[in-house]
Amino acid sequence: MSETGRILLDFDGDRRNIHAYEQAGGYASLRSALGMEAADVVATVDTSGLRGRGGAGFPTGRKASFLPKGRTPAYLCVNADESEPGTFKDREIMLRNPHALIEGILIMSYAMSATSAFIYIRGEYRTEFEVLKRALEEAHSRGYVGRNVLGSGYDATIVLHRGAGAYICGEETALLTSLEGERGQPRSKPPFPAIAGLYAAPTLVNNVETLASVPFIVKMGGEAYAAVGTERSKGTRVFSLSGNVKRPGNYELPLTATLRDLIEGHGGGMPEGRTMKAIIPGGSSTPLLMPDQLDTGLDYESIAAAGSMAGSGAVVVIDDRTCMVQLALRVAEFYRHESCGKCTPCREGTKWGTDVVRRIEDGSARQGEVDLLLNVCDRILGKNLCPLGDAFAMPIASYVTHFREEFQRHIDEGGCPFVEQSPIASLYHDVSGVPA
Amino acid sequence: MDPATAETLAGAVETRPQMPAPLPPDERSAPLRDRILAAVALYPEPRSALIPALRLAQEEYGWLSTEAFEQVADATGFTPALCKSVASFYDMYRLHPAGAHEICVCTNISCALVGAGETLREFSRELGIEPGSTTADGRFTLRTVECYGGCGWGPVVSVDERYHEPFGPDRVRPLLDELRGQPG
Repeated sequence: MSETGRILLDFDGDRRNIHAYEQAGGYASLRSALGMEAADVVATVDTSGLRGRGGAGFPTGRKASFLPKGRTPAYLCVNADESEPGTFKDREIMLRNPHALIEGILIMSYAMSATSAFIYIRGEYRTEFEVLKRALEEAHSRGYVGRNVLGSGYDATIVLHRGAGAYICGEETALLTSLEGERGQPRSKPPFPAIAGLYAAPTLVNNVETLASVPFIVKMGGEAYAAVGTERSKGTRVFSLSGNVKRPGNYELPLTATLRDLIEGHGGGMPEGRTMKAIIPGGSSTPLLMPDQLDTGLDYESIAAAGSMAGSGAVVVIDDRTCMVQLALRVAEFYRHESCGKCTPCREGTKWGTDVVRRIEDGSARQGEVDLLLNVCDRILGKNLCPLGDAFAMPIASYVTHFREEFQRHIDEGGCPFVEQSPIASLYHDVSGVPA
Repeated sequence: MDPATAETLAGAVETRPQMPAPLPPDERSAPLRDRILAAVALYPEPRSALIPALRLAQEEYGWLSTEAFEQVADATGFTPALCKSVASFYDMYRLHPAGAHEICVCTNISCALVGAGETLREFSRELGIEPGSTTADGRFTLRTVECYGGCGWGPVVSVDERYHEPFGPDRVRPLLDELRGQPG
């Protein structure tokens, strides 16, 4: 690791061109891995302490070790369906370092003896799809992908598969259902994908950033990677910073960094004249943190101890003008829109919960509806096959808990008191003389 | 736009990676059926090609009509009803004819916090239509969409599946002038 502290994106510009990637040492890790026993490659990843960078944070090496040995076919599915609001880091990795992802896929495919790998990329990422398509063609022409990779006898097939627009397909079982050509509805676990995944075969599903980290782990060695970060959160993570800050963007930081390092150090802090009202620390599905929690570490454990979740590493900064009821309404509408309809508490709860937030925002709610909203959230939480219902219930309940008086004021005053100032107001109110 | 939002958008311009030039569109010389069969051949099981097949049909016709579903069904071996049921689950399939240019404005939280609402209203005013509709001349469809994954570089606007970031209200008029100058 260099003095910048970055591993995955430790360069300016991009390495889309395979020669640029090779000149920087690219594909050397694949060569090393092909010379190792497959089990030793998994052990190296396990030693590194790498945890899934998609949202759940499950240890990557352990996940790979769940696959039954020697069963064929077996598949690797790459989750490039980045859609958690606030998250845009996999996109930057694919745009700037696509070969790191391809090399990681090849190493992991070899380690798990995959029959083939599928990259499930969200349909909206058209340019990123084209970048990967071109990079795969280059990797094929250089002998890294295809039959008998680098003379090792290992055959590697990678299929690039575009989604068609559905947040739920980022959930791993929904991704597999969608990849099988169906409506992207989650499945019950168990059986876990490691036992019965794609086409009911053993399947490993890994996020883009997770796999793109693998070549660096093979190159550095598991111990060296594990030396970065905290006791249980190892390595670096690419944090997506957005909202009301001076310099939003993706920042790769060691997992010893804090929210303050990210927001004030790298993001430049609040724009001129603004103060911070709240922070979303891990994507829109995570509960709020407050400005007095800025010194919280960005590692999985610290954010959990502070009362939220590290999620997808997407930090959204909210300034003092923002109406928290409007923000809650946007979050609620999103999850209602994306609920696949399979589980009743999520399907009904996201609809009824959104109706309550809308009534509070537009001033038509009755007294007592703030508690009604909390009640709806409670009835969704933990009662569904996948976490989408929780992704509605947890943040909405936290908006109410932290800003209850703001919700109540909307009811008491019969409407939003912040229409003139809230940056979100123009989505719901005529603030510029244009009919809504 | 207020000065603080302008400051955020200026920061976004600095951190956004350079996007490569678009690849030329795929050759459409082969008939739709052959292109669907080529997609089927990529997968261990043909059903996985259904989502790519629907995309190919939409690219061919601009939207998924009853006839388009029939063709996808014939080529993949599924029923038209199944094809339609799958298509209706996903946001990117068009079940109705759309304008020549599709303009999508992300209104999810990060974009909303930096003025996506104002960008959307500016599009509405310039085009004279509400979000979710198409101009009478069939040139433009305006839609709101959920998170497009450009949160730090928002507001995100996509035009015919290409992202434009960050897209403040001041960019609406020049973009429409440019699109109006193009054939089609």
